[in-house]
Amino acid sequence: MPHAPQYTRADVTPQRLFLNRRALIAGAAALGLARPAWAAGPYSTDEAPNSFEDITTYNNYYEFGYDKADPAAYAGSLKTDPWSVTVDGLVDNPGTYSLADLIAGQPIEERIYRFRCVEAWSMIVPWQGFQLSGLLQKLGVQAGAKYVAFETVVRPDEMPGISGGMIDWPYREGLRLDEAMHPLTILATGLYGKPMPNQNGAPIRLVVPWKYGFKSIKAIVRISLVAEQPVTTWNTLAANEYGFYANVNPEVDHPRWSQASERRIGGGLFAGRVDTLKFNGYADQVASLYDGQDLTKDY
Amino acid sequence: MINALNQTARRIPAYVLYIAGIALAAWTIYAALSTPDPAKVLERDLGTRGLQILIATLCITPLRWYGVNLLKFRRALGLMGFMFITLHFLTWMLLDLALRWSEILTDLTKRPFIIMGFLAFIALIPLAVTSNNAMIRRLGAVQWKRLHWLAYPATLAGAVHFVMIGKVYTLESALYFLAVAGLLIARRLKSLKKAPQAA
Repeated sequence: MPHAPQYTRADVTPQRLFLNRRALIAGAAALGLARPAWAAGPYSTDEAPNSFEDITTYNNYYEFGYDKADPAAYAGSLKTDPWSVTVDGLVDNPGTYSLADLIAGQPIEERIYRFRCVEAWSMIVPWQGFQLSGLLQKLGVQAGAKYVAFETVVRPDEMPGISGGMIDWPYREGLRLDEAMHPLTILATGLYGKPMPNQNGAPIRLVVPWKYGFKSIKAIVRISLVAEQPVTTWNTLAANEYGFYANVNPEVDHPRWSQASERRIGGGLFAGRVDTLKFNGYADQVASLYDGQDLTKDY
Repeated sequence: MINALNQTARRIPAYVLYIAGIALAAWTIYAALSTPDPAKVLERDLGTRGLQILIATLCITPLRWYGVNLLKFRRALGLMGFMFITLHFLTWMLLDLALRWSEILTDLTKRPFIIMGFLAFIALIPLAVTSNNAMIRRLGAVQWKRLHWLAYPATLAGAVHFVMIGKVYTLESALYFLAVAGLLIARRLKSLKKAPQAA
């Protein structure tokens, strides 16, 4: 039987303490002290994060338009409160949860992750979130479930890119259950210590740091536990370009460009490129998930 | 209306287009610098502007059929289009791929959309080199015209390159492609009509 721990609101770090901790850290940073200890957790990179401005003005979120500046310009119209998430499929506790109920009891922590877009650019993002595994345990995954499927909200009135017509909304993504349960996989609710900006996927989004960014679905309104590999948006649009797995892999090129290197955002016009790392540098933690799989086929 | 347009055009010297083109290139570079991914934005915007200018260049001849005479601007427009495409190519090689030669060579041999864009650029080079009076005299008008017909397939290849880059087909990319294809067809129809008279 899946284990379903009973979390209550008392388990959540009170906002007051959370903010205090942040003020302390900001003070330490101002004094020129070393990187804050909470940032150097086992799952965080010690690379310097991109600026808040870079992270919030360069986004792919086609529901608000094709240009990377469109989400910052138009996502303000999305109402993220109230918010509810439907949980269904092979799960012990299905239902439609308010966001607060859904995340109640999940320990929010800082995760500074590399973020690698399939378009060969990358950033370092300080997310706040909790492990998806914790939520799945709370929801009670049933034995037949093999995959987790996600859907993004669809609100044509608030999302001017929806009427574009090329994409069959809602945006859909999915993970294999072992990927979803991996401790690196988080649901993020904020970045840089602030509530998640709308253009970055408020109020709650997935972050899977060893996969190309399009896997990390934004503004989630449905989580389904399913037996079969779910249909995913980019895979449907161009299966030869965007695989279901979409693990960052410098050895498997996108048909239209090399994945061997990436432009690190924030370095300016002459920054050049850095080599792309297999599994985006998380190979030690995740490579074993794919033992026995041919990653040139399961790209 | 057309008369007024022609009169205004007569008063504007062609060199104004060179100044405007260089100013637009400078602005494009400046605008890209303030974005998070300047190399990519510059590469994209220089290419898009170059394609737009080349399409405008191809419009000069059909406009004459309707009495609008902008012929004296055609050379300047074509050369400015070539300047943007050259800067686009250099941005790709020097700033985006940052001289990572193995990736550049793989792109140039394996990726259809890069090959398409590169062919368009290569085809523009002889046109730019012969866009001066001395070369027209050397080649003779007939040869020169035959060579410069290359502007159509070159711009068409550029428009196809633009369509192929997109992750999804957009109205913008469709419009560029249809514009060049339309101009090419119009030109063919016109020359087919003319041919019997010439014979």
